[in-house]
Amino acid sequence: MNRPERGRSPFPADLEILSGEVIPISTEVLLLQLFIGLSLGSIYVMMASGLSLIFGLMRVVNFAHGSFYMLGAYAFVFTLSLLGNFWICLIIGPIIVGLLGIFVEWSGIRPLYGTEEYNPLLLTLGLNYIFVDIIRILFGLGGIGSSVPEALDGMVNLGFMMFPKYRFFMIVAGAVVVILVWLFINKTNIGMVVRAGTKDNEMVQMLGINIKLVWRLIFGLGIALAALSGALIAPITGLVPEMGMFMVIEAFVVVVIGGMGSFMGSIVAGILVGEVIAITNLFFAQAGTVVIFVLMVIVLLATKAGLFGEG
Amino acid sequence: MNRPTEISQKLDWQFWISIPILAILPFVFPYTALATNVLIFGLFATGFNILLGYTGQLSFGHASFYGLGAYGTGLLLVKLKAPLWLGMLGGVGAAVLGGLIIGYLALKRSDVYFSLLTLAFSQVLYFLAFQWRGFTGGDDGLRGVPVAHVFGLDLSEPLNMYYFCFVFFIIMSYFARILLRAPFGKAIRAVKENEDRAITIGFNAQRVKLISFIISGIYGGLAGSLFCLHLRFVPVDVFHWMTNGEVVFISIIGGVGTYFGPIVGAIVFLLLHDIVQLIMTRWELVVGGVLVLFILFFNRGIVGYIEGAITSYRERKALIPQSGQTGGR
Repeated sequence: MNRPERGRSPFPADLEILSGEVIPISTEVLLLQLFIGLSLGSIYVMMASGLSLIFGLMRVVNFAHGSFYMLGAYAFVFTLSLLGNFWICLIIGPIIVGLLGIFVEWSGIRPLYGTEEYNPLLLTLGLNYIFVDIIRILFGLGGIGSSVPEALDGMVNLGFMMFPKYRFFMIVAGAVVVILVWLFINKTNIGMVVRAGTKDNEMVQMLGINIKLVWRLIFGLGIALAALSGALIAPITGLVPEMGMFMVIEAFVVVVIGGMGSFMGSIVAGILVGEVIAITNLFFAQAGTVVIFVLMVIVLLATKAGLFGEG
Repeated sequence: MNRPTEISQKLDWQFWISIPILAILPFVFPYTALATNVLIFGLFATGFNILLGYTGQLSFGHASFYGLGAYGTGLLLVKLKAPLWLGMLGGVGAAVLGGLIIGYLALKRSDVYFSLLTLAFSQVLYFLAFQWRGFTGGDDGLRGVPVAHVFGLDLSEPLNMYYFCFVFFIIMSYFARILLRAPFGKAIRAVKENEDRAITIGFNAQRVKLISFIISGIYGGLAGSLFCLHLRFVPVDVFHWMTNGEVVFISIIGGVGTYFGPIVGAIVFLLLHDIVQLIMTRWELVVGGVLVLFILFFNRGIVGYIEGAITSYRERKALIPQSGQTGGR
């Protein structure tokens, strides 16, 4: 079949600024790469925790998660071209895509609850094709560039080394989002319903709580997290319609390593995977992509349900 | 001595009727190569159907088998100048070996985890084929697969290629029919219906699933091998996630757990592909849209609905005299 993306490497090799270059490995370079791994890890953490939240609560594997990541990046760049304010667009883009996610849950996934477990997975596979193709129609087959805003351009002095300001911002943003989601799940009433629902859906419904509404909200939240990851990474990688395809698989690998449905697992595994990719890129750039699968196989063989999974 | 007749008695009308239909397919299709693709995709989907339709396991990485079959055959024919039969055997063998390794690892997790793990492994293979330029040709694909000859017949002739695939398709369909009626067929259905119960009554569910996965891989590997001979070229796309999507699409549209499903699905898929490409360039939009519609509204697939309609018609017919007897109560 003809696939328009043929010829372009589908692997996000340009994600790491040091890949492929021959640099004498000093402590400084290693430290820099560790921090780059952390910035990459914050993206994985947001992707994986969204997937994991959705799966933990409603047993839906959202295969379109990568598409929402891609849509988030495009929504961000598009609103940026209209409004011009980086910060407002970083909020608006994910909200728009999150609302789209709620619409998808309401129109497509809701009718499938109670049918075969893999039906939502197949539905979201179909949505994947649709979203990618719609973006190709709207924005063209090629990539779109996006640049780092002036306030975040250049380097920041961390005291012991210089570090790209934007990547530092990614780490901070990731940490803030993770803390907010943690507070939401552990300290609010809705969060309590989410935690209870993850353990026993029917019991929660018997207590008279409209859990379907909470599901929709969490689905939207998970999608918004994916969109935010896409928006955050857009300024340093550029955009192509297929950017989500490899990302969703990597996010799944993170979730499998951390344990499906475990928030803590997503955080630890996300950072771990980011670091492993960054370090591998330093020593053997070609293997950066394969090594996370090797990590996954090791975790699969050694544990029962990932690092933090139950049962 | 009565064993062969026993088995052929067990084969029902569906298998026999499919032989003449498929035999005339190249003459009713717009061009022969398209009909050949129907057999190749149909074979691939038949294997997928054994796993999803009868064992209840959704593999999202079936492209691994297809790709291993295609590259296995292609590499043997191109690099070692191996004879045709050895090339095909090597392709299927690579798929079996891959199935053993992937199946062993992926089946450590059940349900959706299994789907995602198989996908992850197909992605690893895609990555390897993509990066290992010197061996696989990278994204240029593996070129220079020689024209195959069987009994003096030139397989570059479209009709010869079609009937070459046809023979394999019929043999493998026959094998699937035997398999599903054998005790092993009952075992996989027991695992599908209720895995815990199957384990309780003494089945080693894990091993049953692994064997089913490998058998499914034989079909995928053979389909990939035939694809390589048909195209005389192996594109790296055989490992692409789109290939995974294609076999899922064919199976869902046709109807999982039915005999005709994979063939009907492949015919619909390929005709749709050809027609859509005449009208517009955005083919994936149509694939996605049709898949979403089928999942939401017709999740039994085309053949599933037809079979369902026939069954309910028969039941209604059978019920009429019964309801007349009990009507007096």
